[in-house]
Amino acid sequence: MDEELYREHILDHYKNPRNKGALSDYSFKHKEYNPLCGDVLELFLRVDEKNRVAETGFEGHGCAISQASASLLTEYIKGKTIDELKTLTTQDILDMLGVPINDARMKCAMLSLKTLEQGLYAFSQ
Amino acid sequence: MSINAHKKDFPMLAGQPQLVYLDSGATSQTPQPVLDAMNDYYNTCNANIHRGVYQVSTEATKRYEATREKIAAFIGAQREELIFTSGATMSLNLLAYSLCSTLKQGDEVVTTLMEHHSNFVPWQQLAKQHGFTMRSIGVTPDGRLNMEEAAALISPATKIVTFTHMSNALGTINPAKELCALAHRVGAVAIVDGAQSIAHMQVDVKNMNCDFFVFSGHKMFGPKGIGCLYGKATLLKNMQPFLYGGDMISEVTTTDTCFNELPYKFEAGTPNIADAIGLGAAVDYIQSIGIKNVIQHEAVLTRYALDVLKNIPNITFYGPQNASQYAIISFNLKGIHAHDVATLLDREHIAVRAGHHCAMPFMTALGVHGTVRVSLSSYNTKEDIDKLHDALLKVQKIFK
Ligand SMILES: Cc1ncc(COP(=O)(O)O)c(C=O)c1O
Repeated sequence: MDEELYREHILDHYKNPRNKGALSDYSFKHKEYNPLCGDVLELFLRVDEKNRVAETGFEGHGCAISQASASLLTEYIKGKTIDELKTLTTQDILDMLGVPINDARMKCAMLSLKTLEQGLYAFSQ
Repeated sequence: MSINAHKKDFPMLAGQPQLVYLDSGATSQTPQPVLDAMNDYYNTCNANIHRGVYQVSTEATKRYEATREKIAAFIGAQREELIFTSGATMSLNLLAYSLCSTLKQGDEVVTTLMEHHSNFVPWQQLAKQHGFTMRSIGVTPDGRLNMEEAAALISPATKIVTFTHMSNALGTINPAKELCALAHRVGAVAIVDGAQSIAHMQVDVKNMNCDFFVFSGHKMFGPKGIGCLYGKATLLKNMQPFLYGGDMISEVTTTDTCFNELPYKFEAGTPNIADAIGLGAAVDYIQSIGIKNVIQHEAVLTRYALDVLKNIPNITFYGPQNASQYAIISFNLKGIHAHDVATLLDREHIAVRAGHHCAMPFMTALGVHGTVRVSLSSYNTKEDIDKLHDALLKVQKIFK
């Protein structure tokens, strides 16, 4: 079986997600769906006066991969500037996950990044 | 014919003996005779139909029309009542567009919360366009239709009642005859989505007394891209065509068009000839095994699967779990998302579906985001179920 994909740190982030929960004080929030699976992710970000991410939160449901990806991403982006967030790539998420993601699960893995990108886009308008 | 030996008829299964294919509700495997029939059309009589005066075209037309007769007989219909479409989705859209064109504010279309999106979204969207109201019959916690609610919702305002014969998400079989009678009592037409049931039940449209019945070829051992719409001739005659073009006309002038007779009025354009012929071969295949044998085998297997999987700790089943649940088992393992279950099963060469099964309103009504769905066909065996059972225990070990 695929212990490769479901390594301990993935399962840890799935079972004990970091930054889970909505923020009441946020600079922006954004919600995205994965129409294939029905996964839902809503991301909350509070940015400080220096344009750095001060606080993150997420709500939603999904598989271990999409949830771990959201948990890892919301950890990773703390303290980063908005401009830094805009340079995040698919590869960055794959590196955070650190497990082989096949085509069938790529959409799950990238839901967090898609949500962040769409949220940033709306926020920057 | 013994049903046990019959995995060998399916090249994909025969070529990959390690594969446990438990997703026939999404699409069934294709047996060799179906592949041969399609090939033979391309190899020997690849011509357009209903037009050519030359021999290969006549041969193609003969095969296409013989298929129509065969499929019509298979469901108890007349040949002119059997329209070829690209599948159940196309058939339902054809009905929705054609029937809704005469609906207006105050009229109602009654569907159910159990529908595949293809029998839900067209009505919902056309309701916005035409101003009629769409109502949905609710479901019980064990995934059956709420028949009291059905009787209450179907009223003199109802013009169309449309429902699935068998749920693709849970395998629930609905009382089609009873629902059709409820529709007719108020003068509404009854549409039955047979996309799932056609592969698992003996369908007799006259006995059911539905007005329309739709299905796809690819869930009954046939190819993809072909399906059917059955409609009572009296109703089809008065309906507006959905697609306009060649083949569906009898005369065209610069200002008007006379439409062709049934069933051609609803078959605009060059049809999917090879796949229709392939679907005919699929019907032959089912009849060579015997639909009664198929039903018997699948009923035993469904019961066996429920009994075996019950022993898995922390498993929750959705669906009635009695004789009205058929060929499909939907479940979740506590604390493990359905997609993760499916991904891990895939590593054990077990193919199942996970997610909302194109039935999001149903999932919402059941209070879940999705399920793992095992769907059976006549080529599945008890051994397949045993492998699934063992693999599920392994999944739980990884997530423990
Ligand atoms: C109950 C039901 N209706 C309709 C459809 C749509 O069939 P198709 O995608 O072949 O058009 C399906 C397919 O999954 C189904 O299960």
